[in-house]
Amino acid sequence: MTSPEGLLLAMLILPFLGSLTAAFLKPAARTPAWALTWAATLIALGIAAYLYPAVEGRAVLRNEIEWLPSLGLNFLLRLDGLSWIFSILVLGIGALVTLYARYYMSPEDPVPRFFAYLMAFMGSMLGLVLSGNLIQLAFFWELTSLFSFLLIGYWHHNQSARDAARMALIATAAGGLCLLLGVLLIGKIVGSYDLDRVLASGDLIQSSDLYLPALILILLGAFTKSAQFPFHFWLPHAMAAPTPVSAYLHSATMVKAGVFVLIRLWPVLAGTDAWYFIVSTTGLLTLLIGAWAAIFQQDLKGLLAYSTISHLGLITLLLGLGSPLAAVAAIFHAVNHATFKASLFMAAGIIDHETGTRDLRSLSGLYRFMPITATLAMVAAAAMAGVPLLNGFLSKEMFLSASLAEHSGTIIDQALPALATLASAFAVLYSLRFIHQTFFGPAPQGLPRIPGEAPHWMRVPIEILVVACLLVGILPAMTIGPYLATAVHSVLGDATPAYSLAVWHGFNPPLFMSIAALGLGTGAYLLFRKTLNRQDGAPLIRRLKGRKIFEASLAAIVDTARALERLLGTRRLQPQLRLLVVVALLAGLLPFTRLGYGLGDHQGTVVDPGFAVVWMIGGACAIGAAWLAKYHRLAALILTGGAGLVCCITFLWLSAPDLALTQLLVETVTTVLLLLGLRWLPIRAEEVWPGGRAASVTLRRAIDLTIAVAAGLGMTLIAYAVMTRPLPGSVSRFFVERAYPEGGGTNVVNVILVDFRAFDTLGEVTVLAIVALTVFALLRRFRPAQESVGAPAQQRVQNAIDEAREGRQVGDTLKDYLLIPRVIMEWLFPVIMVFAIYLWIRGHDMPGGGFAAGITLSIALIVLYMASGTRRVEARLRVQPARWIGFGLLLALLTGMGAWLFGHPFLTSYFGYLDLPIVGKVPAASALLFDLGVFLIVVGATALILIAIAHQSIRRPSASILRQQALEQGEG
Amino acid sequence: MTPTLFLAWSITAAQVMLGGAMGCAAYRLLFGPRAQDRVLGLDTFYVNAMLMLLTFGVQTGRTLYFEASLAIALLGFAGTVALSKFLMRGEVIE
Repeated sequence: MTSPEGLLLAMLILPFLGSLTAAFLKPAARTPAWALTWAATLIALGIAAYLYPAVEGRAVLRNEIEWLPSLGLNFLLRLDGLSWIFSILVLGIGALVTLYARYYMSPEDPVPRFFAYLMAFMGSMLGLVLSGNLIQLAFFWELTSLFSFLLIGYWHHNQSARDAARMALIATAAGGLCLLLGVLLIGKIVGSYDLDRVLASGDLIQSSDLYLPALILILLGAFTKSAQFPFHFWLPHAMAAPTPVSAYLHSATMVKAGVFVLIRLWPVLAGTDAWYFIVSTTGLLTLLIGAWAAIFQQDLKGLLAYSTISHLGLITLLLGLGSPLAAVAAIFHAVNHATFKASLFMAAGIIDHETGTRDLRSLSGLYRFMPITATLAMVAAAAMAGVPLLNGFLSKEMFLSASLAEHSGTIIDQALPALATLASAFAVLYSLRFIHQTFFGPAPQGLPRIPGEAPHWMRVPIEILVVACLLVGILPAMTIGPYLATAVHSVLGDATPAYSLAVWHGFNPPLFMSIAALGLGTGAYLLFRKTLNRQDGAPLIRRLKGRKIFEASLAAIVDTARALERLLGTRRLQPQLRLLVVVALLAGLLPFTRLGYGLGDHQGTVVDPGFAVVWMIGGACAIGAAWLAKYHRLAALILTGGAGLVCCITFLWLSAPDLALTQLLVETVTTVLLLLGLRWLPIRAEEVWPGGRAASVTLRRAIDLTIAVAAGLGMTLIAYAVMTRPLPGSVSRFFVERAYPEGGGTNVVNVILVDFRAFDTLGEVTVLAIVALTVFALLRRFRPAQESVGAPAQQRVQNAIDEAREGRQVGDTLKDYLLIPRVIMEWLFPVIMVFAIYLWIRGHDMPGGGFAAGITLSIALIVLYMASGTRRVEARLRVQPARWIGFGLLLALLTGMGAWLFGHPFLTSYFGYLDLPIVGKVPAASALLFDLGVFLIVVGATALILIAIAHQSIRRPSASILRQQALEQGEG
Repeated sequence: MTPTLFLAWSITAAQVMLGGAMGCAAYRLLFGPRAQDRVLGLDTFYVNAMLMLLTFGVQTGRTLYFEASLAIALLGFAGTVALSKFLMRGEVIE
């Protein structure tokens, strides 16, 4: 782990590990959760700093771990100058935000959950910037959306937080899907998802037909994430999150993810007309609209949010221009913006914390209460406004000179210098408003709280960031210079232009533009100061409500889904079944209408009279069951039993003993299960159709009968047509040939289940376990119909007789009747159990196996329950189906993992022969243990479901039902 | 008549008779009239089917049929018990 590659991996894993640990802390464990986060972040930051030499001079540090080698997809961590500077940003600001959050979060909040999310987000963001392949990048991208959702919705008791979280998730995750599609297209063009190969194939990508769709999809992803117009609407709402989250995710890191991807792919995607028009237009619009809207915000965080949108627009615009110099400015500004905006958010959080309000109109003259915070905020805001000697000034200067350069000669290009100056003036205006309105003027009136200076350690993060702003602003070449150069070189390579980070460039046009913007902004503030406070929303663009559009489209989607549901869905089972069968019928018919129906040339087998008779009986039973199913449930159930037995005989006849055995066992369990359910169904109404059956009912039944007959006949004909043809080469031969040499068993079915397809089986039994637990959970809340709550009529009669006679107790009749059967059945229990174990052990070579054994044992249990009753059985026997399921799953998993010990893949089975005393040589396979797991799960699941239903009858009706019954009787 | 032939004839005769019995049981199974008759019919059907499989086993010499008969003999009664219990007490497990 001490190699640079190992450290890189450790750096990524640390936050996730911390997150997982924090998630298990108690809600009240504030300090441990904080300390954990703080330590994890600082260590990761230390690693990042230590790794800097590895990326100097355009070097790239790669750590490749095999993931899906067959698809050419590896888990690839890749650290270069750009990802290094972003990692430092993510971890550095992460550390500061962690420190800040410690004092910000209130004691009532479950803080460990907060830190768990925060660290998970940090890990996702790191993963994003370190991704060395595009699929991985898209994965971490979506992960950041997810944790952003959880963090915005952290105060989930707040409706607006929930709405904002959902909105942000839908917007950014939809964008993430677009990004995934986009990178898939890129992968298709290049033939690899490896970032290094993609970056080397710029010409190939730009000359491809798929370039434009790929570009648009990737841009959709980047624009939604970086809140570019018209997808910017989610960001202001995301301010419902706790302020540390706003400072971290929604100004410094996550919203930079979109910009990061644009920078990352800039060498391969930029430079075309499409890129120029889409990206620079979007950036410019976002820059202006964001800045304009920020001026009119009354909420501190709202102002900062719109200003963030505007700055992100600026970065996008710079990238859109397509010139290397502009790209340098973009990277520089991305870093600068993160420092001053994060500190401003933290300052806003302190103000909110201390005064209880974020409304600019109620705030005033706070300087006298919190001079230090005020000074810090002023410096940061000045950086935001682009005042000289601060870092914001440098990148703004670069932006202005880039806007002056010739790019395309279009109208955008002509107007760019003017628009850039205007946007800078807006920035000056809102920064000034932010500071002046909050800290100057008369003392505030009617604040919820008397403000004071925040705790010292809460201010430290802001102090550090502000010092960074100043240092970078005054001594750029000595501070950020080398790191920025590394980042820029890693992106632009040989195309890196000559740029100067000096503060003073002499009297040149950008300086004049800066001065003009400062003057314009200050002047406008002085003129419109009072007017601004009266505004509610920004003029001109007030109608552009992204939120409304978002909600309208969401509502439209939901309405469409509802309409479709009304059109196609139904809550009644019969129409659903009808629809399903008719569609299946038509689909089955379709190929025959085109190709015709014909039989193959196989000769039919001779009819065996015995078999024919058995089949006729089975068919009669099946038809009878269908006939009686609706109004004579018990009779229908008995007839199904008859048909099922005939099925078993058929399987046996046609040499499928495994199927026959399983069918027989399942038949028995199903009968009991349905009978258990029958008990709770409502009693049949005497008169089903009062006043005669309506003609429509007769018609519907006739139609249903036709459909049923047609479907059955169709199935028969298809099966017959298939059976008269030679079988096409199927996979079964493969299994039959390999079952013994490779699986060590002669029962092919079982070898497939526990060896060749063991992973499928593991999945299936897991599903079975889940279903059983679900049924159990649902039945705990089962409320039977009023009429079936009491004891059944038979029991009431028998109990009444018992009560009426002298010397008899209630239940004697049952006892007398069941005396002999019970003794026999109780004695049979061990016999059936031995049979079950026998089936399990021999399963590998002969019909049987874990599944059959499991069902057999559950039949044994049912027999016992039927004979002795729930209470008697459970007093004598430990019945813990849930545990059996758990043991079974564990055993199956452990057996599978055992293969790892011998260096084989998961679920590889081993077989050999054991020499036991007395018994002699017996075949033994590790699959037998796996099958034991299956055995336990099947017993557990079956028993859990059956016993849960059986327990319904010994449940006492709840107090409220009894009360209701008493009331009804009182009335009667 | 050799023993083999005798055996063959006996088996065929048994199968015909068992087939008849299955037919009778199936009649009760299908037409009742009472639920009790159907349950009894089903049980008889099971028993006859088991015996029929035994005769097949004797005829073909394959152990497979014996095993199936064993399974029916051991477990086939569970369904009958459940149905009878339901008829007698209104629920299967109390």
